[in-house]
Amino acid sequence: MSPEIMISNPWIVIVAMALTTLATRWGGVFIMTVVPIGPRVQRFIQAMSASVLVAILAPLALTGDWGARFALLTTAVVVLVVKKPLPGIAAGIAVAALVRLV
Amino acid sequence: MSDHKHLSQLNGPLVWQGFRQLAPISLFVMIFGAAFGLAAIQQGLTEANVLAMSGLVFAGAAQFAALDLWGERIPLFTVMITVFAINARHLLMGATLYPWLRHTPGVKRYGMMLLSSDANWALAIQSFSRKQPGFGMLVGGGLALWLAWMLGTGLGIYFGNAISDPKVYGLDMALGCFLLALVVGGEKSLHTIMIWAVAASGSILAFLYLPENSHVIIGALAGGLVGLMPGGKDNES
Repeated sequence: MSPEIMISNPWIVIVAMALTTLATRWGGVFIMTVVPIGPRVQRFIQAMSASVLVAILAPLALTGDWGARFALLTTAVVVLVVKKPLPGIAAGIAVAALVRLV
Repeated sequence: MSDHKHLSQLNGPLVWQGFRQLAPISLFVMIFGAAFGLAAIQQGLTEANVLAMSGLVFAGAAQFAALDLWGERIPLFTVMITVFAINARHLLMGATLYPWLRHTPGVKRYGMMLLSSDANWALAIQSFSRKQPGFGMLVGGGLALWLAWMLGTGLGIYFGNAISDPKVYGLDMALGCFLLALVVGGEKSLHTIMIWAVAASGSILAFLYLPENSHVIIGALAGGLVGLMPGGKDNES
């Protein structure tokens, strides 16, 4: 018995999706305009920005197939050794393709 | 603070630099746009529907998820909640840009955020942490990603069958490897590594035990809490 509205006009849904996404792109910035920014908030935010990418990637490494895992491992190692991002990304993609070929 | 102000500048050359910086990864985004265009047409959306969705929503994962819920009659709130949950990480990403956004006027501030997505946000933050102006990355990079997403969507609508399964070629890993390269290439102090460890653990626990799509938020907030602990003074920005 969820209070759901079924819509048959796709345009309404597309506009609703756009507005919902816009709310997330603008909402975080807007909230910060009303939060007083002291040193603690600043440190929290800084640590959060270092965390977002790791939080996106961790489940991918855990639950992905072997192609995904070896791709990430390869990228990490190559970037650490060569110190340049593009060779690492290329190697990661190649390894994913190779592992899935097997 | 005047330091932040200097870093908040935005001009043509900076935008162009960001555009070029994100151009390589945009090629992969284009391939996923094509996969989306094809899937959406197969799901029964019209060409105009698909192009409008890519252009206005500009959020790949949320768009794919919405397709799963599509039909003759579409559950509006379920679609909105799903889109919100998947994109909620943008709330955090916007907040992390605020120290520099606060020095820009409102229209420009919210105008730039229209183009925010994972890859260009990450490069913008990286630039700021190196004391370089970052909004060129956000805007120029965002334009590159948006154009690629639109072009790809169009290609998928008209010639989609050519790339039915990007996974076979490992192409689905392009964005993940790109983001990981940014993480690994960044500065690594003991404090940062501790933040990463907590963020990863929080994310994985949330992924396993909490509602779908909550893992990025939980992981990032957990990592943020580590920043409040003593010992974090070594990477002031």
